[in-house]
Amino acid sequence: MKAREVAEKLNMIILTGDGDQEVTGLYTCDLLSWVISHASSGDMWVTVMNNLNILAVASLADVACIVLPENVEADEKLLERAQEKEITLIATSRSAANVIAEASKWIESER
Amino acid sequence: MELSEEIIRLHYDINDEDFSAAGEASSAVKKTLSRLGVSPETVKRVAIAMYEAEINAVIHADGGAADIEITPQQIKVVISDRGPGIPNMEAAMQPGFSTATESVRELGFGAGMGLPNMKRYTDEMYVDTKIGVGTTVTLIVKI
Ligand SMILES: Nc1ncnc2c1ncn2[C@@H]1O[C@H](COP(=O)(O)OP(=O)(O)OP(=O)(O)O)[C@@H](O)[C@H]1O
Ligand SMILES: [Mg+2]
Repeated sequence: MKAREVAEKLNMIILTGDGDQEVTGLYTCDLLSWVISHASSGDMWVTVMNNLNILAVASLADVACIVLPENVEADEKLLERAQEKEITLIATSRSAANVIAEASKWIESER
Repeated sequence: MELSEEIIRLHYDINDEDFSAAGEASSAVKKTLSRLGVSPETVKRVAIAMYEAEINAVIHADGGAADIEITPQQIKVVISDRGPGIPNMEAAMQPGFSTATESVRELGFGAGMGLPNMKRYTDEMYVDTKIGVGTTVTLIVKI
């Protein structure tokens, strides 16, 4: 299922990117060097980190998209750079645990 | 572009002023390798290892430089800085060991996983470090 579709199913907001990436797994962690070596290509990555470094990590780890949970804010600079790098950035009021639990229903139902 | 017998050399300066831009060199190398037709798995290994070295040069030193050499056999990445050096290399290689400051930790760094990640994702890794002079990390991934 595409990132855009998962976002739709969970009523999450797409801030940047086209959401066209295929989501093949789910991952959540905030330690960047942990994420970069443990997240898999195609994962929907949920993190409360909202600094610019998450964009480099996302593109180097080939994750499908980034989800900012619990109303974590994305500032102008983050939005601008994410747009530039064509990274799909999603925002939601849901908790990380809830995003993972709910999204897994849709991603698994497709396998 | 295509991997020929010719050696491809790339050079990037790693700037420590724009902390948030760290990773630019790794991203650029990742793109180049993909364009050259290197397998996605190999590209990811190089990208992760190089990113960790690049970030360390920014966080723990005052920036530095990256030199990349691509041949049909291997990709070699050399990251050098003129920072404080690493006093105890054995300790630094342990997963979880970190001297990252609180402000850097707040950005999500400081898990103490950078050097272990470099080791894990490369075929060969060498660290040449001298107190007060700097650190040079050499990363080799075979194609
Ligand atoms: N280029 C460097 N110059 C000086 N010290 C370094 C350098 N690279 C690593 N170190 C030292 O080695 C320690 C371990 O490095 P490592 O990359 O494994 O973890 P980290 O950078 O602290 O955290 P993480 O990489 O998980 O964000 C660092 O905390 C620092 O003390
Ligand atoms: Mg590090």
